[in-house]
Amino acid sequence: MLVSYSVTGCDRAQEEKSQVSIDGAAVGFPISLAVAEEYEKMNPKANVSVASSGTGGGISKFCAGDIDIVGASRTIKDEEIARCKSKNIDFIELPIALDGIAVITNRQNNFAKCLTIKELDKIWNAKSDSKVLSWHQVNPKFPNKPLKLYAPASDTGTFDYFTQAITKKAKNGRTDYTPSHNQNLLVQGVAGEPSALGYVGISYYIQNQDKLNLVAVKGPTGKCEKPVPVDNVVKNIYTPLSRPLFIYVSKKSADTKPAVKEFVNFYLENSWKWVDSVGYVALPDEAYVKTKQKFAAGKTGTKFKKAKPGEPITNFI
Amino acid sequence: MTNINPENIFLSNSITSLEKHPSEDLPDTIVRIILFACALVSVLTTFGIVLIIFQVTFEFFQKISLAQFFLDTKWTPLFAEQHFGIWPLINGTFLTTTIAMMVAIPLGLSSAIYLSEYAPPQLAATLRPAVELLAGIPTVVYGYFALLFVTPLLRNIIPLEIFNALSAGLMMGVMITPTVGSISLDAIRSVPPSLREGAYALGITKLEAIFKVVLPAALSGITAAIVLGISRAVGETMTVLIAAGQQPKLTVNFAESVETMTAYMAQISGGDSPRGSLNFQTLYAVGAVLFLITLGLNIISHWVSNRFKEKYE
Amino acid sequence: MTTIEQRDNYPKSAAEFTENVEKREKIGKVFEILFLLGLLLGLFVLALLLFDVLRDGLGRFLMPGFLTETPSRFPDRGGIRPAIVSSILLGIIVILTTVPIGVGAALYLEEYAPKTWWTAIIEINISNLAGVPSIVYGLLGLGVFNYLLGFGPTLISGALTLSLLSLPVIIVTAREAIRAVPDSLRYASYGLGVTKWQTISHHVIPYAVPGILTGVIISVSRAIGDAASLIVVGAVAFLTFNPGLFNRFMALPIQIYSYITRPEPGFANAAAATIIVLIILVLALNGMAIYIRQRFYY
Repeated sequence: MLVSYSVTGCDRAQEEKSQVSIDGAAVGFPISLAVAEEYEKMNPKANVSVASSGTGGGISKFCAGDIDIVGASRTIKDEEIARCKSKNIDFIELPIALDGIAVITNRQNNFAKCLTIKELDKIWNAKSDSKVLSWHQVNPKFPNKPLKLYAPASDTGTFDYFTQAITKKAKNGRTDYTPSHNQNLLVQGVAGEPSALGYVGISYYIQNQDKLNLVAVKGPTGKCEKPVPVDNVVKNIYTPLSRPLFIYVSKKSADTKPAVKEFVNFYLENSWKWVDSVGYVALPDEAYVKTKQKFAAGKTGTKFKKAKPGEPITNFI
Repeated sequence: MTNINPENIFLSNSITSLEKHPSEDLPDTIVRIILFACALVSVLTTFGIVLIIFQVTFEFFQKISLAQFFLDTKWTPLFAEQHFGIWPLINGTFLTTTIAMMVAIPLGLSSAIYLSEYAPPQLAATLRPAVELLAGIPTVVYGYFALLFVTPLLRNIIPLEIFNALSAGLMMGVMITPTVGSISLDAIRSVPPSLREGAYALGITKLEAIFKVVLPAALSGITAAIVLGISRAVGETMTVLIAAGQQPKLTVNFAESVETMTAYMAQISGGDSPRGSLNFQTLYAVGAVLFLITLGLNIISHWVSNRFKEKYE
Repeated sequence: MTTIEQRDNYPKSAAEFTENVEKREKIGKVFEILFLLGLLLGLFVLALLLFDVLRDGLGRFLMPGFLTETPSRFPDRGGIRPAIVSSILLGIIVILTTVPIGVGAALYLEEYAPKTWWTAIIEINISNLAGVPSIVYGLLGLGVFNYLLGFGPTLISGALTLSLLSLPVIIVTAREAIRAVPDSLRYASYGLGVTKWQTISHHVIPYAVPGILTGVIISVSRAIGDAASLIVVGAVAFLTFNPGLFNRFMALPIQIYSYITRPEPGFANAAAATIIVLIILVLALNGMAIYIRQRFYY
């Protein structure tokens, strides 16, 4: 065994060529997991490693050239683009699924059925830190019950996206809430606390529908919309809390490592089959056609940066 | 006359001739050098830890003043409005450690006293592997148990958040009990029987002998055990990462979620902050504080153990 | 001056004396029970923990393929083979690196080192390193193995980090084992004209092997169970293959942590099942250590 492993060590360069390494957001991690698992069934010699360091950590490793593909639950930031450029890493931006952020309350909460963006801003804005402590302060029609907040941790893409969509500035959220990287635990928290409020990725709500109440969000159209049926997410009816999930693929990896190219093609071709089962929403069919074209053409750079929360996907591929 | 070969005179396998066989022996100097190099690895390790941690910490303090670090009362490096006050993290560590010691000291001392003073020898021999097993269980298992068994159980009795300092602290305490217990046991056992017997001769009961003679005599060892236990609790990561939460705050309410220094470090490493950024440097800054605290505790433990050791004649 | 008989608390009669003694003995008995309870409470929690893990995980553990398959996104399918292989590989590398260096350092300190200040510094160093938290070793590993030596977040970085973590304890236990070798053995050897190194390699070390082995096993057992340092070095949460030295890697405790943080309810069972595997491994190692101790010392 030692001999074979030392041979493996000598074969390091060749090893790396057949390895595909993915890292990135915890949201969307299950999709990459599903694709990796199915890919391995089809191709048992595949060497795929999937880590979940979060969007920022993943992009950092990506721009350092350590990994081939990064999963992101938000678009790449300007400083990250600059860093990638400084290391000569060109990336191909590919949306692979849609996610809705569900606003959830306890089953016993019968008063908060629809919240406006303004109300959500009042609840979650950094300015409300230690000040807005009761439901009554949010809306005088609500009872005077304590506001117990649960949300993803401040170093997650979900947190970034939600604060950006609601307060118009990323990370501009209050700090006095119960954070977690494990959104399942957020579900448990909200389910166990009568006057709780939280937000989680839609997959976590769907799996626990029997324990939670879903709050509709009043979007710019003035109508209260929910992220289910998931069509609302696909058609962008549930806004601004619908968002695309991406993978950024290193052009260098795609060009020099056949394993990576094969894997990404498999991803784009097949991920729609499993996206629902892991709780996300598949892109509209036209979008998949366009992403495959984009990858085949190897077009780098980001278009989604200019997209505002709520605009249709296909415009930006 | 048969060949008398000096080599056959000696029965031991390893000595086959009066002359050195080069293949079996190494010059003393070479041996010394190689072995010294091995010992040097430990010095290099410390050197490495200090160098790496403090170099990045130094860079961190170029951007964040010492005053901010030690006087601010919020720790929010990952929010838009960044605060870099270390106290919430130290508070989290302190709170969980205190709860852990409130479990480990009574349980550890009781075990030590019972095993040395009351238990029949067979019992002690049987229990020793069980106690070692307790010490050998990986800490991630204690985290699992705290989150998925202890917290739900305790929530039936007292209101607790899903992540709280209490469950994590309690399980840390159980985890550290063998450490406190076995060092205390050694200390208690090293009290000579003559001291006890002298006490009995004066007419005091076994219990009184324990409290008035044995424990005071073993005090230095017991104190060292406790300080070492505290050091382990301070440095523990997985149990608090899983069960205590990730919300740094200044509180003594054990029912709330808190974040310890170690949990924050794990969160940043496994997470979202790009290498080289200010946020990533916080990893090293907090690591430096952690290292200094545990180093201090270890030094105190050794000093207490040596300085106050009873000299039995 | 009051005599001892005139003091307040001095028993005035034999009956009072006996009564007093009986009361104190009774209190003593109560405390004896309390101490026993203290001892048993810790063991009770351990039993509860094992029971809970078995209850949650045994079903999943017994599902065929759990030990031999690669992981799946479904909690009730697939297995943890990459994690098991990773942990075994990590353990082997730790043993291969720490035994020579650790025993070497212990030999130096016990047999060769003069009583000078730098020897004292080395000794203080080692005992301090034994108390450094494992996550700090992770930081060291990240800086030295990932970045400085350029290995990146691969198996070899993780293994070497764990080796550094285990080294102090191995040095300490090896020293005790070597110290326990009676001097008479050494002197007899010198008396027969054997050189120092031959004495050590052929007499001292074989005699000390059980003690050294016990220390190594317990150290490796702790290294296999450590997750904090590996998180910092960059272990991943999902592998489809058995890693080699320069691949991304995992370990059993990392697998457990990963399962705990996954949302679907079935993953708690998968976590418990993985815990069963890890505990079996740790138990086997510790059992070996205990067996060696019994066999060679009594």
